[in-house]
Amino acid sequence: MIHSNEAATPQAAENKQAVCTGSEILLKALASEGVEVIFGYPGGAILPTYDEIYKLGMNHILARHEQGAIHAAEGYARITQKPGVCIVTSGPGATNVVTGIADAMMDSLPMVVITGQVATKVIGTDAFQEADMLGITMPITKHNFQIRSIDELAQTVKEAFHIAVSGRPGPVLIDLPKDISEKLGIFDYEEPVHLPGYQPTVKPNKQQIRKLLDKFKEAKRPVLLVGAGVLHAQASEELTAFARKFQIPVAQTLLGLGAFPGEEELHLGMAGMHGTYAANMALHKSDFLINIGSRFDDRLTGALEHFAPEACIAHIDIDPAEIGKNVHVEIPVVGDAKEALAMLLKGSGAIAEHDEWRKQVSDWKRDYPLWFHRDGEVIKPQELIQKLYEHTKGEAIVTTDVGQHQMWTAQHFKFNKPNRWITSGGLGTMGFGFPAAIGAQIAEPELPVLAITGDAGFQMTLQEMSILQELDLPVKIVIVNNASLGMVRQWQQRFHGERYSHSLFPIQPNFAKLAEAYNIKAVKVDKLSMLDEAIAETLAHSGPVLLEVCVAKEENVYPMVCPGTGHHCMEGVEPS
Amino acid sequence: MKRTITVLVNNKSGVLNRMTGLFARRQYNIDSITVGVTENPTISRMTFVVIVDSMENVEQMIKQLHKQVDVLKIKDITDEAIVERELALVRIGATPQQRGEIASLAETFRAQAVDIGKESMTLQITGNNEKIEAFIELVKPYGIQELARTGVTAVNRSSKISTDTSRLTLIN
Ligand SMILES: Cc1ncc(C[n+]2csc(CCOP(=O)(O)OP(=O)(O)O)c2C)c(N)n1
Repeated sequence: MIHSNEAATPQAAENKQAVCTGSEILLKALASEGVEVIFGYPGGAILPTYDEIYKLGMNHILARHEQGAIHAAEGYARITQKPGVCIVTSGPGATNVVTGIADAMMDSLPMVVITGQVATKVIGTDAFQEADMLGITMPITKHNFQIRSIDELAQTVKEAFHIAVSGRPGPVLIDLPKDISEKLGIFDYEEPVHLPGYQPTVKPNKQQIRKLLDKFKEAKRPVLLVGAGVLHAQASEELTAFARKFQIPVAQTLLGLGAFPGEEELHLGMAGMHGTYAANMALHKSDFLINIGSRFDDRLTGALEHFAPEACIAHIDIDPAEIGKNVHVEIPVVGDAKEALAMLLKGSGAIAEHDEWRKQVSDWKRDYPLWFHRDGEVIKPQELIQKLYEHTKGEAIVTTDVGQHQMWTAQHFKFNKPNRWITSGGLGTMGFGFPAAIGAQIAEPELPVLAITGDAGFQMTLQEMSILQELDLPVKIVIVNNASLGMVRQWQQRFHGERYSHSLFPIQPNFAKLAEAYNIKAVKVDKLSMLDEAIAETLAHSGPVLLEVCVAKEENVYPMVCPGTGHHCMEGVEPS
Repeated sequence: MKRTITVLVNNKSGVLNRMTGLFARRQYNIDSITVGVTENPTISRMTFVVIVDSMENVEQMIKQLHKQVDVLKIKDITDEAIVERELALVRIGATPQQRGEIASLAETFRAQAVDIGKESMTLQITGNNEKIEAFIELVKPYGIQELARTGVTAVNRSSKISTDTSRLTLIN
């Protein structure tokens, strides 16, 4: 056995002797990993672990549905960059976190999910509350484990944390049979992680960086496309320095927002289906596109045959499998975005003159800004988002659910700093936004947290208002109420002959009364002239508030790249 | 096109499942898989023969496989100097009168009769894919009653190791 040097400290020596139950080993391991808070929900198979949580007095947040627990853990992970930890029981408890695991996988969030499992001797017999979590989560985890012996428990937890945070982050699941959580074993946390098959490339290849810089010297119309990889690598500063130094316009993906300051002249806004005209045209006309940490999702690229038709493409990504997956790449760079940008900054030389391009890009920005039309006292959702930005001066963490309000927020709220923006991008999970806001508020008690949700999405996880009540977390829930499944309604209007099949709400709950039931202050507004006051009242209150904003019911998200078309044929571009 | 890919993996339960699950959900078409333990009992060797449209597809497949924590090494050995073998067992219709004729056919291919019944016989053949295909074509007229093939397994030849390192530079 190889031991690290720290093994010699008295503390470690003491730990090494300790005979513990599996549950104790698990929790000691979590403590060794610096886990500060666990999100979860108990049940039969995980009871020994919950008993240990009780004895140790660990910081545990009880959700009211496992889905709430895992989305809260995701929100926590997104803000802290540390693994979100979620513990649930076997069977139904475990299957209730499946959506959150898939969500974390798609958006590369570091997570360690511990699911209880039936005892080893009955695994595979369709025992009470048994579900094959290894099988179910194999395609939606970065890796998963089932503990078969008490001796492998501590080391497995260590490996799980290592895998979750290193390389491209992602969710790791540990399935823990009940008998193992009760068995006695030795807590030994000194053994280093040894995973010969798992060696992420962090340092980019120098030659590839050189190639990129060489190409850059000739580029007349360069564009940076920035995704969440930059945020995961904590490389915003380097990115900003790089873009400023070479005066390259920056387009961002939905998840990349905040990696580059939203107020900067070089900022083009979000690219893709509901991106800005400037960002999409810049991609379309570019002759050199540098993608950093984005996976060329189809919502971003539009029809691939029309994507960046004139560009030589360089792609920097920590996950080699993302390079060349959807789009042909001339210059692949495998590595961490921070390392790559630092190398690019160092290795820079003279670059081609591209003043004309910069002017073109800022003309697009000026001539085709995002737009909406006012309509008397009717509140337009775009204006609501703009006002939320003004009132908070952007000093807030914003989470959203999925739908129109999500797109409006991405368009009209300016994210000037990293780690202020949490949304479900890859999976597009309704019910995500509100619990994610809870996790974010726990991670960052000092900043206001706005959970901007749809009237539909909120109803998927609203029971988590219990947590707000219990912990008096000052999350501000902003319901953008359009009395419909807005985004679905928009697609039905545009692509299904205005047949609104099951997307309109004829009656709605009294949201204020729901809030009241959970002892949460409620504010409701449906007139534009009252909006400022309502927002101010919401933000001024020290505790949680539910702000219901009744907005124009038939407002659509524009501009739009319709499915099957390219960035150059956007609909609803309007002003000029 | 067909590509032959060898993968060294941790010899743990569920690893084959991870591999085939990955192939299935990413729509990679597998022609055959063989798996067996290596000289090191903690490591298994898998040989995949896959059918793909382009080299980009192979590259993507290899990169996806490489993301699996239990995968230690992957190689596309199609263009290298390799020894590849497959075993097939073919039970064909054979009257006592036909046996002699079949036996001489078999001999040319170095196939062996491993079972003989009243109206049928079973032949065993090993070789590369083409040889086995050719043999099966040849015995078809007798009527194939049952056919079992192992799929290809392969190793590099000891001499003439390929020096083409330009390919798949991202992973190897
Ligand atoms: C769990 C889940 N179910 C269904 C969908 C499909 N879907 C996408 S947007 C949407 C409507 C969302 O309505 P609402 O929450 O009111 O937000 P709005 O679009 O009106 O802003 C639906 C049903 C989804 N994304 N997630």
